[in-house]
Parts: sequence; structure tokens; C-alpha cells
Amino acid sequence: MNYQVLITQMLQATLMSLQIFFVTLIFSLPLGMLVATGRMSKYKIIHLPVRFYILIMRGTPLMLQLLFIFYGFKPIFGIQLDRVLAAEVAFVLNYAAYFAEIFRGGIEGIPRGQYEAAKVLGFTRSQTFFRIILPQVVKHIIPPMGNEFITLVKDTSLAQVIGVVELLKVTSNWVSSAVNMTPFAIAGLFYLIMNGIVTRCFTIAENRLGYYR
Amino acid sequence: MQILSAKNIHKSFDGTDVLRGISLSVTKGQVLAVIGPSGSGKSTLLRCITQLDTIDSGEISICGELLVSSGADGTAQYTDRAACVKIGLHIGLVFQNFNLFPHFSVLRNITEAPVRVLKRSGKVAEASARELLKKMNLSDKADAYPCQLSGGQQQRVSIARALAMNPDILFFDEPTSALDPELTGEILKVIRELAAEHMTMVVVTHEMKFARDVADQVIFMDNGVIVEQGSPEQLFDNTKNERTRAFLSRFNEA
Repeated sequence: MNYQVLITQMLQATLMSLQIFFVTLIFSLPLGMLVATGRMSKYKIIHLPVRFYILIMRGTPLMLQLLFIFYGFKPIFGIQLDRVLAAEVAFVLNYAAYFAEIFRGGIEGIPRGQYEAAKVLGFTRSQTFFRIILPQVVKHIIPPMGNEFITLVKDTSLAQVIGVVELLKVTSNWVSSAVNMTPFAIAGLFYLIMNGIVTRCFTIAENRLGYYR
Repeated sequence: MQILSAKNIHKSFDGTDVLRGISLSVTKGQVLAVIGPSGSGKSTLLRCITQLDTIDSGEISICGELLVSSGADGTAQYTDRAACVKIGLHIGLVFQNFNLFPHFSVLRNITEAPVRVLKRSGKVAEASARELLKKMNLSDKADAYPCQLSGGQQQRVSIARALAMNPDILFFDEPTSALDPELTGEILKVIRELAAEHMTMVVVTHEMKFARDVADQVIFMDNGVIVEQGSPEQLFDNTKNERTRAFLSRFNEA
């Protein structure tokens, strides 16, 4: 087994995993906020469909969603989705549902008095949300968000079911052709390093927001 | 000059009438104390005047500007939203549980609204905030966060926060109810000082002695109506009203 080639290929595949990771975050965080807003709407016509969406996304396997979006897109819309794009779409839709519920928990956890104090002081609704409410929400949702980010790092490996060549796919190819388990151990180390960094970032964020209760 | 005028205010929640025809007025420099048992509608009245709740019918004007009046069908018709916001700026409110912004320092709690809402410069806002903190005896706490302060200190910050907006009238919703007796005194002292400076105030309170000392006018509310209204002497010493007497005697026992 040529370790230099192995490591090079694994690093390249890691870039694909990281691409899915970052693209998912960039789109699913804002989408999740939008979904959370819809979920909290007092109008049935908005919150019922949103609840249904969240039910589907959380109630079915992410792997199934990947397969469905990749293989189902062409028969329904008549165009073939790129594998990587399909994977990203599935991840964004799935994670937005989870993020939405975390945002909702955070927003609903802010006492009414904060809104009332802001209103009496004359803050506009958007000032109230962005300057008073959101900063407090961010602090409260850091622990559950940390969980989701870590899970996402590992979930990127699911993209291989629709043929995306990511870290675990490359690794298992090597294992089966070389009949040697070492690449699995190396892949595990790669995931650990990535999640070590994620964990570190969350610890820093938590400490930086630890100045108030 | 009349600062607050409310006429025949009605408000119900889910079919329960909480306010049943409340009328009152407050002139400039006057201190009005509102007393009454829990559930009598005192806090709801304050919430309606400060626009945290809407009324079902009646009329409210603040500083001569009409906030809401009854339309032809008898239901409350509010003025347009921009005018409501503008009228709201005449008003300050101090909450029972302070409601300071926990993620802002004491100083920023006080300066944020003047800067963002009144568009004052940061420098001007900070100078007046420090002045207010000095007045509240909290100069050394400007950079502290609310969680580092005692309840009494937090409440004084929230009074400073309300005053920083230069309200024409300041409302207090049971400002000492969340505080132990020792800390109650420091808040009452601040309100007394404001009264001495002729700040127009409406104070919902359970502190009878305080109401008697500070208020020019006292309203006793029960069951959504004003049972009796008058000078402190009239209410506390010479009431002819059976209900008022029963309420006050329970307080004297305690």
C-alpha cells in the first residue's frame, strides 16, 4: 500500500466532505431561521405545511432523502441533478429542519419581558430581534448547535450512497482493494480532527458569550 | 397641563372583564398611586396605557395626543402605527422584574435606546447615562452586567434606562414586588427623589405607607373598577367606603 498516494487521495476526498459541510451550513442556517419563523407563525396556512416539512425531514432517514432527491429529481423535473449538488440540496433541506427546531427553542426561551422592555423603549421590531433577542438566542443554542455541527461532519459520509466521492468512500475503496484495515483507522482520525476543531470553536464561542447569564 | 387622560376604558381577556370603565387623569408633576388587591386590573391598566395591551373600548390620550378612542360602533380605534410609536415615546415604564437586557452592560442598557431610537450620538447618550447612574448611586457599575447586580441595583438601572429616554410620564408596575424588604427601601428612595423633582409618575404598588407619603392622588381599584379615588389623607384616613376600608385593614394587620 502506497501511503503517500493513500493520504493524498484521502485529503482530496476530505475536501469534498468539507465542501458538503460548509455549503450545508451556509444555506441551512438561514433557511432554518426562515423555517423556524414559519413554524412559529400564528397562521395555520403557514405553520401546518412547515410542521409537515419538519416531520418529513426529521422522520425519514437522511440516506433515503439523498436517494430520493438524486434519483427522483429526473423523473419529476426532467433534468439530471449533479451528484454533489443533489447531496448538498438534501443536506440543506434536512439540516434546516433540525436547525429550525433549535432556533425555535432558543427564540421561545427568551422571556416576554425582553420584548416588552424593547417595545416600551421604542425599538422597532427588527431592532428588537437583531439587537435584543438574537444575541441572547445565539448564546442559548450553542450547545445543541454544537451537536448538530458534529453530526453533520460525520453525516457527510452518507453522500456516497448517490456516488459522491467523499472521505469514507475513498477509504473503503482502499480497504477493499488492499485488504488492509489501516485506512479505516486513518479515516477515523481525520473525522476526529475535524470534529476536534468544531468542538474547539464551540468552546471558544461559549466562553466568549459566558460573560452574562 | 394634562399628561395622561383615560376615559371609560374597557378590557376583557377571553370573556373575562378585567377593566370595566376606568377613567383617570394625571397632570404634570403629579404622582398617582394605584393600589388594590391582586387581580384587580392594576397591571392590566398600566399595560394598556403603555401599549403592551390594547383596550376594547374607551379613550386614552397622552400629552394631548389621542392614542385611541371609541369609534362609532363603540370599539377602540387606534391612531396610525407611526403615531402610536411617537406617543409611546412620551412614556417610560419600569417593570416588576426589571427586564434589563442581560447581554448588554449597565451603560449600554441605558444608552442603547437613546442611540438607536432617538438617534442621539453615542457620546451624548453616554454622558447622560453616566449622569443618571451617578444619580442612582451606581457610577461604579457602568461596566458591570445585570447578572452581577443585586435586585435593587438592577431596578435602579432599569429606572435609569427609562429616564434616559426623557419621558413625560413614568409608570412603575409594582417596582418593589420582586425585591426583599431591605432592597425595597432603596427603590422607594429613588422614586421619592424623582417625585421631589416633579417627575410625573403613576405607581402601581402594594407599599401603602409609600403610596401615602409620595402620592398626590391615590386610586383604589378592585374587580376592574375604580372603587375610590382621592388624596392620600382621604383614602387612607377618612375613607367612607366599606371595600376600601376592608382592603386597608388587611394591610394594617400584616
